[in-house]
Amino acid sequence: MDWLTIFGNTASSLIGPATLGYALAAIGLAVHFGFAGLLNMGIAAYMAIGAYGYAISILTFGLPWWVGVIIAMIASVVFSLILGIPTLRLRGDYLAIVTIAAAEIVRLLFLSTTFDEYTGSADGLSGYHNSFRESNPLPEGTYGFGPWEYTHNAWWVRIIGILLVALAVLIVWAIMRSPWGRVLRGIREDEDAVRALGKNVFSYKMQALILGGIFGSLGGIVYALPSSVNPGVYVTSLTFFVWTALLLGGAATIFGPVLGAIIYWVVQTLLSNILPALVTAGVLPFMSTSQAQTLRFILVGVALMLLVIFRPQGILGNKKELTFVK
Amino acid sequence: MSSDAAAPATGSVPRAKSTGLHKGDIRPGVPKVDPIVVADGVKRTFGGLTAVDVEHLEIPRGAITALIGPNGAGKTTLFNLLTGFDKPDSGTWTFEGRSLAGVPAFKVSQRGQVRTFQLTKSLGLLTVLENMKLGAKGQIGESFWAGLFPFLWRKQEEEAEAKALELLTRFKLDAKKDDFAASLSGGQRKLLEMARALMSDPTLVMLDEPMAGVNPALTQSLLEHILDLKEQGMTVLFVEHDMHMVRHIADWVVVMAEGKVVAEGPPDTVMKDPAVIDAYLGAHQDVDLGVVTGRYEGELPSGAGEELAAEIEHEHEADAPAQQKRKGRA
Amino acid sequence: MSSTNRVRARRARWRTATLVAFVGAFMMLGTPAMADEVGEDEPFKISGNVKLDGEPLENIRLTVTGNGVDEEVETDAEGQWRVGVPERATYTVTLDEETLPEGIAVVDETGEDTTPNEKEVEIGPGGRVTMNFFIGEGERNVTSFADQLISRTITGINFGLMLGLAAVGISLVFGTTGLSNFAHAEMVTFGAVIALLLGVTMSIPMWAAIPLTIIVSAGFGWLLDAGLWKPLRTRGLGVVQLMIVSIGLSLALRYVFQYFIGGGTLQLPGAATAKFTLFGAVQLSWIDIASMGVSIAVIIGFAVWLLFSKIGKATRAVSDNASLAAASGIDVDRVVRIVWIVAAAMAGLSGILYAYYRPGIKWDMGAQILLLVFAAVTLGGLGTAFGALIGAIIVGVMVEISGLWIPSDLKYVGALGILILVLLFRPQGILGRKERIG
Repeated sequence: MDWLTIFGNTASSLIGPATLGYALAAIGLAVHFGFAGLLNMGIAAYMAIGAYGYAISILTFGLPWWVGVIIAMIASVVFSLILGIPTLRLRGDYLAIVTIAAAEIVRLLFLSTTFDEYTGSADGLSGYHNSFRESNPLPEGTYGFGPWEYTHNAWWVRIIGILLVALAVLIVWAIMRSPWGRVLRGIREDEDAVRALGKNVFSYKMQALILGGIFGSLGGIVYALPSSVNPGVYVTSLTFFVWTALLLGGAATIFGPVLGAIIYWVVQTLLSNILPALVTAGVLPFMSTSQAQTLRFILVGVALMLLVIFRPQGILGNKKELTFVK
Repeated sequence: MSSDAAAPATGSVPRAKSTGLHKGDIRPGVPKVDPIVVADGVKRTFGGLTAVDVEHLEIPRGAITALIGPNGAGKTTLFNLLTGFDKPDSGTWTFEGRSLAGVPAFKVSQRGQVRTFQLTKSLGLLTVLENMKLGAKGQIGESFWAGLFPFLWRKQEEEAEAKALELLTRFKLDAKKDDFAASLSGGQRKLLEMARALMSDPTLVMLDEPMAGVNPALTQSLLEHILDLKEQGMTVLFVEHDMHMVRHIADWVVVMAEGKVVAEGPPDTVMKDPAVIDAYLGAHQDVDLGVVTGRYEGELPSGAGEELAAEIEHEHEADAPAQQKRKGRA
Repeated sequence: MSSTNRVRARRARWRTATLVAFVGAFMMLGTPAMADEVGEDEPFKISGNVKLDGEPLENIRLTVTGNGVDEEVETDAEGQWRVGVPERATYTVTLDEETLPEGIAVVDETGEDTTPNEKEVEIGPGGRVTMNFFIGEGERNVTSFADQLISRTITGINFGLMLGLAAVGISLVFGTTGLSNFAHAEMVTFGAVIALLLGVTMSIPMWAAIPLTIIVSAGFGWLLDAGLWKPLRTRGLGVVQLMIVSIGLSLALRYVFQYFIGGGTLQLPGAATAKFTLFGAVQLSWIDIASMGVSIAVIIGFAVWLLFSKIGKATRAVSDNASLAAASGIDVDRVVRIVWIVAAAMAGLSGILYAYYRPGIKWDMGAQILLLVFAAVTLGGLGTAFGALIGAIIVGVMVEISGLWIPSDLKYVGALGILILVLLFRPQGILGRKERIG
């Protein structure tokens, strides 16, 4: 077994685009669920809208990459409005079902051959990197050390990703300690009480949905930034995986989503490297390598269950401050 | 009633009741000299059941009005309608001369008509102080963009905090200001909810069963707080089952039964009204409801009293499913 | 970016679940897949040439269906097309005559075939097969709108009844415990997988394997409640927490299925039973008829149980108000246990029927219909068992009929859109009652 490669890959995933994308999406979900109490089960749709909005802006309309980012954010705001106006009045579990249905609608629309010209249907989209790479200030070459040795383009993706994560953390930290954040946390506890105090609950929920949605769409962009937009990614499982990352770190915390995303991907990468290696080495004789790959998703499901049952506040959460309102 | 009774403003000195609130003969829907709330033809049905059907009702300004009636009389529903938490099938109502029909709950509150709830809605995972500060009106920092920049709202925040601490001291909750509201006792939560409502300097305070679930030791202090509100120029409308409390503090009593206003008037007059006796008290108009339910000691006619008590128990049970009901039927 | 003639693999995860024989006539309303080849990574190939008087025809749409496959393809500039399929089996190839030039149709040489644009093909020993249509001037084979409507309605009812078996279970569980059970999808898949284990791996005849599967499914329901949900209720978890636990369970179970049966599609015995014309354009197989019969019988049995048996009445009482029911001497835990067993048994049956309907067994087959089941439950009013049933039939019929107007790969979108609209305008569902505030 090549332990060096296994640990190298694992260490590399610490700042991988997938980790950064998940971190941003989980921050968005923390705004939705952790702070506003909105049970959004459609974060995958926001990531899809981010990724497609970015790629379509560049491929179909020939816009520079940073305009694509802005358009993706605007698209996520529009989606929040369309989703929020009918659904934000609904009770928790209804909202969960509606958002998951809305996410499926979005995915099916992107997958449909009807809009093939723009979305590439099942093929997804690729080849939108030129504008982004041209703006790379790093001279051509390889940088870094050990497992973190990447090309200038790979570094550029990671730098943008890290900056976006840092910016999102900063915004969430600043806004959640303000009176705005206080109203939001009040709504999470009991929206009728906040309404009785003269706050426009619907408007706050909408603002939270929009803010978290923007982070979700940025997560989708970062996730798709280095490679391609693949419609197979934005399934309901993606939503559940991001939820797992969020609950791992702590839903109502500032750094929890980032920590959760990192742990999620480090463990995933480790397992996806180590399990097949163990099978090949004959340590797990009852298993094929593809079964070994499946096993880690079984473990995600089990981990999600155990988390919610035994530590719903997550690693960073305050024991008293359970986010689940009964 | 120990130290709780010593409210700072006036203590437990018996205070004068407001009189001369109405114009003309006392009857359901009687016009008031200076009404703050006027409701006309407000009707609300749930399926086939008419929960509220009020032809005309005026709430007098600057007084304490009690809304009483048996369970299922529509008191809470009327509360919900007046505060915008529920929408009526038909009807209009005004607050300080301005129509409130179709106005959402948060705007009703912004206009100065603030309510509390029967089941306390303290925000458990916010601290007591945060709960209080949430009640303050017109906060700059509650807008998203301003919220990002503390220097815009820091001064206002400090003012709100000072006011909150003052109110908490009055309500004897200042020692708990940094605790999660979830850690308070039921009675303390009632106090917190009332104090929080006062943060916005309301004109009309609407209290839905302020005494329900409150430890008797706190009852007197709550009563004093309500009387203080009137003294400070606020109008109070409250729902209550406890006749003892109603007699003690209300200036005016409105009696509802089966969704309608069946009687109103000063407490002592209303208790003798045959319609009230029919609708609510049965044949025991001389008996405090508190006595019947066993909360206060007193003379209870044998036999008949047990019947009434049984009836009231029955009503409690019948009401429970309606309130707990969240789901449809299989 | 023009994508004509681009190579692609169109593999919808939410595979359209139309009955094979119907697809031919109806796919002409679908939208074009601008490509000359789909499923290129699959091991077996079906290919052909579309020419008119020696001239190649471009952008002619064909569909290949059967054995869990439902692919659309268009001819390239040379008039050629190619579709990859996963297994050596029989497939139906349909040429969409709407895409042919005006006045041109697929002609039938024998004069006996009423649907010459629809052919059955079998993959040959070489792993590939060629399928050519004879094209010339002639009358197109078009099914009238009314016929399509009728046959789609019947297909939809069949689909709806199957959804209903699953929906009733979700609804009962929600009614008695407040849990929106996402893992119900895996209880559906469980039925299909156990039927596969018993009927194929252990070669038990299906008449015995199906009842056995239902018994095993019921046991699974018992196990879930006894091993997981009962302890969690005792722990006092809130409904939102329980819902997320069910999501975790759903993920874990579906990958457990994949672990054991792999990522491909497997068939139950008799899944390829031939269809015959019942009347007009309505074509059904004996399996379809049996499926509808079984669904109706089970649902009637269930209704009688819920309405008249002691436990059924207790179940409705618990759904209505659990604490009141408990106070009146009903053993709520026992009722909930029975509800889980009944729900799991019906979900298992639903899974078997779905395996025949799709046709095929796949590790995530339950997850594919979970949202349709939720749509059905919501439409009928959460927690009302009969509402869920009516909702399921409406959703089933709507999914099928909406295919008349919207592209087939978007037909689930309509049902999910309806779900959102219902919640918007009548959140209590069709049969639910408005709730009281405060």
